[in-house]
Amino acid sequence: MTRLEKNDRLVRLGLLMIALSAISVLAIITLFIFEQGTPIMFRYGFKSFLLGQDWYPSEKSFGLLPMIVGSLMVTFGALIIGVPLGLASAIFLTEFSHRRLTRILKPVIELLAGIPSVVYGFIGLMFLVPFIRDNFGGPGLSVLAASLILGIMILPTVISIAIDSIRAVPDSYREGSIALGATRWQTVRMVVLPAARSGIIAGIILGMGRAIGETMAVIMVAGNAADIPGSILAPVRTLTSNIALEMAYASGEHREALFATGVILFIIIMILNTIANVTSTRQRKK
Amino acid sequence: MKQRGILVRDFSHYYGENRSLNNINLDVYRNEILGIIGPARSGKSTFLACLNRLNDLIPGSRVEGKIVVDDQDIYGPEVDVVALRRKLGMVFATPVPLPLTIYENIVFGVRLLGKNNRPELDEIVEDSLEKAGLWAEVKDRLHTSALKLSGGQQQRLCIARVLALKPQYIMLDEPTSGLDPISTMKIEDSLRTLKKDYTIILVTNNTKQAARVADRTAFFLMGELVEIDETRVVFTRPSDKRTEAYLEGKFG
Repeated sequence: MTRLEKNDRLVRLGLLMIALSAISVLAIITLFIFEQGTPIMFRYGFKSFLLGQDWYPSEKSFGLLPMIVGSLMVTFGALIIGVPLGLASAIFLTEFSHRRLTRILKPVIELLAGIPSVVYGFIGLMFLVPFIRDNFGGPGLSVLAASLILGIMILPTVISIAIDSIRAVPDSYREGSIALGATRWQTVRMVVLPAARSGIIAGIILGMGRAIGETMAVIMVAGNAADIPGSILAPVRTLTSNIALEMAYASGEHREALFATGVILFIIIMILNTIANVTSTRQRKK
Repeated sequence: MKQRGILVRDFSHYYGENRSLNNINLDVYRNEILGIIGPARSGKSTFLACLNRLNDLIPGSRVEGKIVVDDQDIYGPEVDVVALRRKLGMVFATPVPLPLTIYENIVFGVRLLGKNNRPELDEIVEDSLEKAGLWAEVKDRLHTSALKLSGGQQQRLCIARVLALKPQYIMLDEPTSGLDPISTMKIEDSLRTLKKDYTIILVTNNTKQAARVADRTAFFLMGELVEIDETRVVFTRPSDKRTEAYLEGKFG
């Protein structure tokens, strides 16, 4: 073996170690969460965790249903707000706006992603919560407030991925459609969006992952009552909030139950990510 | 005297500062195949784009002079551009089926008109595919993706898609440049049949193709119309030295 070949091998080995260390961190986290969270689930039964409605850790009652419902409601609400806004922005920026305007606006939108979530929560608490309380009633700290804040927080994800997939649609499709007598909007609606669909869906799912995992901003505006919310103006607690709020003082089975919360969150997010990966690879194959 | 469908008078086109067409004057007769030949960047494709105003899509595009289609100045203020594009159907060099089924590709433009009557659409699909010489090959898989067709089939699909709009003119921009000889032959056959009902403008890089199918041939060079005449005349006794040189392959 020559010296160069030896070097090559060394470099390869080194890179492999580094890559493995990144992956092993993920593996360790996964193992740790499951190791801490699953025993209690077996002890009390999955059903009591998934479907129990009462969360009274001091009385050994660990029903997570309010938090599961809360997470889903808030996430779904965020999508209702964020997806139409994000999609509309992406369509405008790719198909209708001046190229120079897009060059200025796109980085600005991406900057939204860099704002710490506590700032979003703070602004929500200062302006949005009082606004909801005064105009719609309820405590203000609510599903609606959390959905609005999260809807804005997922915008950069949804917009930039939608822009990329709309741009990836070949111009020849647009030309062909316009030559057949379609207007710009008809072309977007009937040709461009269907062609970009899987990319856009992947973007939405990633945004959804972000919404379901967000903690700080939600804690600040959601009210955090561990009950299934009766309306969108009622307070709500999500899975992530549940962990963050109580971990500091929890011990014993309470602590284990919080890890169990993490397990359920982990599974939900894994499912979403898998769907995102599958849809985006299908896009690439086309 | 043959009936004139399109009149082009003192027509020039600019991309920003660059003049891409210079003072073009020509007529297109009804039910003829007009071949347009010329080397790359001679303005052939731009000329087609100007006829159905696809050049509107390009920023910095500007025209001078007049193009009259069926007695209407197409750069006039009251022109319905969408209707114009339906009247002058366009087939591109690279076949671009939309990412839809064969059936949906054909009815795409028809649906835009608000027609949604299923039997009527079925009839349009069969009729257009028949005319484009593709019906027999695809009639059993109309509802599969158009992207799975071969290149030659895709190009005939694009022709069928244009026919579905019932245009009066069909403009083809190097329709066979990416195709094998057999597919090319099939398309040329379709064109000869279509001539009965349509007026065809065929831009081609392949001078032999113009000689085979065009009734008259125009030779473009660097944005100018060098000459236009009966194909036979252009190919055997061209009046301009440059035409002769191009046809002999001295440049291209």
